Amino acid sequence: MIRPVRFTEDLSTLPTHKFGPSSLTWWGIMGFMLIEGVAFGLVFAAYFFLMGHEASWPPGGRSPPNLLAGTLFTILILLSEIPNTRIKVAAREGDVPTIRLLMPLMVGIGLVLFVIRGFEFDSLNILWTDTAYGSVIWALLLLHTTHILTDWYDTVVLAMLMRTPVAYEERRLVDTDENCMYWRYVWLLWLPVYLMIYWVPRL
Amino acid sequence: MTSYDVRADEERLARERKKIVRDGPGLTGARLARRLERAWNRPPGLLGWLATVDHKEIGRRYIVTALIFLALGGALALVMRLQLARPDQDLVGAARFNELFTMHGSTMMFLFAVPVMEGVAVYLIPLIVGTRSTAFPRLNAFSYYMYLFGGLMLWGAFVLNVGPDIGWFAYTPLSGPQFSPGKRADVWAQMITFTEVSALAAAVVLAATILKCRAPGMTLARMPLYAWAMLVVAVMIIFSMPAVALASSMLISDRLVGTNFFNAWEHGDNLLWQHLFWFFGHPEVYIIFLPATGFVSVIVETFCRRPVFAYPVVVLALISTGILAFGLWVHHMFATGLPRVGYSFYTAASMTVAIPTGLQIFCWLATMWDGRPRLQVPMLYVIGFIVTFVIGGLSGVIIASVPLDLELHDTYFIVAHFHYVLIGGAVFPLLGALTYWFPKITGRMMDETLGKISFWMIFLGFQLAFFPMHFSGLLGMPRRVYTYPAGLGLELPNLLSTIGAFVVGASVLLFVVNALWSYFRGVAAPDNPWGAASLEWATSSPPPVYNFEHIPVVESRTPLWDEPDELPVITGLRVDEKEMLMTTVVAAAPDLREPVPLPSLWPLISAIATGVLFISSIFSPWAVAVGAIPAAIALTAWFWPKELKRHPEPVLS
Repeated sequence: MIRPVRFTEDLSTLPTHKFGPSSLTWWGIMGFMLIEGVAFGLVFAAYFFLMGHEASWPPGGRSPPNLLAGTLFTILILLSEIPNTRIKVAAREGDVPTIRLLMPLMVGIGLVLFVIRGFEFDSLNILWTDTAYGSVIWALLLLHTTHILTDWYDTVVLAMLMRTPVAYEERRLVDTDENCMYWRYVWLLWLPVYLMIYWVPRL
Repeated sequence: MTSYDVRADEERLARERKKIVRDGPGLTGARLARRLERAWNRPPGLLGWLATVDHKEIGRRYIVTALIFLALGGALALVMRLQLARPDQDLVGAARFNELFTMHGSTMMFLFAVPVMEGVAVYLIPLIVGTRSTAFPRLNAFSYYMYLFGGLMLWGAFVLNVGPDIGWFAYTPLSGPQFSPGKRADVWAQMITFTEVSALAAAVVLAATILKCRAPGMTLARMPLYAWAMLVVAVMIIFSMPAVALASSMLISDRLVGTNFFNAWEHGDNLLWQHLFWFFGHPEVYIIFLPATGFVSVIVETFCRRPVFAYPVVVLALISTGILAFGLWVHHMFATGLPRVGYSFYTAASMTVAIPTGLQIFCWLATMWDGRPRLQVPMLYVIGFIVTFVIGGLSGVIIASVPLDLELHDTYFIVAHFHYVLIGGAVFPLLGALTYWFPKITGRMMDETLGKISFWMIFLGFQLAFFPMHFSGLLGMPRRVYTYPAGLGLELPNLLSTIGAFVVGASVLLFVVNALWSYFRGVAAPDNPWGAASLEWATSSPPPVYNFEHIPVVESRTPLWDEPDELPVITGLRVDEKEMLMTTVVAAAPDLREPVPLPSLWPLISAIATGVLFISSIFSPWAVAVGAIPAAIALTAWFWPKELKRHPEPVLS
């Protein structure tokens, strides 16, 4: 730099981590959540666009999906917010032992959710090849499955990392906090998906 | 991990923390530069080259790659113009012609226009906002590789004679399984997936950089207009590109696994495709155009030697254009038949978007009026832009009217209109911007005389090529026909268009020759050759790998003009490891010190694994499940720390 400089302030005491919107990764995650939210929103729009053409929904007098598996899934994913919140609070408090205890539980809950999800696919009463209605509800369920799969895998990797001494680095606590935030997003998005797959066809 | 003694380790960390080296009055100048170089240089050699996370290297690669695709897309245009130069020619047949216009449009939109705008921003934004790196530099590298692989796949398919032939917007049912058997449409759909993943990743990188990495004091109200433009564009990409990615995924699943989204026989709807495509496609136009308005604001300011007139108006115009752009998409679908209210709404919305654009143009004119314009090459491109874009904008406003649109839909009038807005509105400012920032990027000035010749050639050649298309369109010549019969009055406008197209081709060639010659033989550039006001000119030309020795502090909108003799800076960042400064989103107050990731091959490996997944999914849906495994492994390795021990301050290895 050829231009002479004038020193103003020394920032060496500035922190290297903060929770929430100060964190750079928080903004990155927000960006990707927006992208996914827009994608879901557009599938919703496609769903209603297709539905608008039909005299009955599901078209052709088919039965709507069976409620049991999807409702069980909804109850369990809502309950998963209890350990999720506890992990989030522990991350903010720097409580590594609680995080180490509860993250495997979240991994286990994820596994149970996958099993129920398998039964959900079986209870749609239609294949993706039968009518655009079948295509769009399979798309909704598949998209959401990808959503939980990615966050579940992220949780697995983070849970492993939190078993190491690196867990005591504050930035990893921020990662944990933001992973919990993402899980909230995953189940929040599930609620409209649940309504559209299981209840809108019953209206 | 019971054996880990937290307290003992924290004592070690406290000791090590004292050894950290930071910049400051005691560490400045050449000694500081040596330190920073050691921390920021990437490893030498091919592997280091592939592993780079330096935004300047990635930005340069983006720009060069996009310009190569511009040349390829342009070559296809010349072949089409040769075919259409005279009636009843058979230089290329109908099927090949379908491939030519599909490849031309897809290349220009997805492989040139958006990537080049993102590439320029990836290079410039950190310098303009006064920081050392983009946010998420590895994601940035990943984004480039995804773009490159998508482009290589499309062009590889074209060379192997399986290039798409369904038009750049791939309307169903033409692109569906019934009317496009074979793999051509699948190649198009997966090229979309590649480029959208890339563009979305780059958008997140740019938005986070602009929001969090600005120099202290660069409040939103002092942010350079180019950064404003790119912020709006990044948000627009985030909101629009999922639509085309979703549409192309639906298309490929209709084609490969038998879904029925667009199958009218099974309750699907072809108009769904058009809605999803244009919900992306219309904002896309502004995603290409708004970065160019950012270039224009910068160039006008520098070459008129006064700040842009009515800065808040320009910012509000950018934001309102970004919002209105999402309410226009149906004007591409007037010919499909819509309810009356739909016609009225989208006509009104399409006309409304002319208002913020017009405001920007008047602000630039006022800046020129009040300033002392210097007619050097970048400024010439701005004037060429205003003239050409206004013509294209006006033809756009008139076809917002439904009766006229129904008359002119799918004719050469439309081809003339969108080339006026895209070439006039984006390529002219881009060429001006490349000339303007060439000294910063390469350390050499581009030759002024050659630059002026190529400007006049492209400006006049462009008018010769595209103005007659208005008339061929009014005479009823449809788009996408490979030939036309004699005697309809189309001979002259088509011949003129062909001559003009070759003049444009020659001028672009001359631009490239000038760039190459100047790169090796040009006059050495000083730090601030144009006497500009923004921070990228406060560092050397070309900038060092760490951009700035000390992070600058901003006290006005035009910092280098308001404090011409010295640069206020902050100190205290680490210089023994890569570190940058985070500031708050609105006020740009110092907030955090943030470690910057070291070079890594994993973004490349992740892009290869994802690329294999995308390409093989054209052949079997199971590739998605199987291919996800290596992709997940690569992405995990990308994030996994290379040493599982704590550092005195965070390091991203």
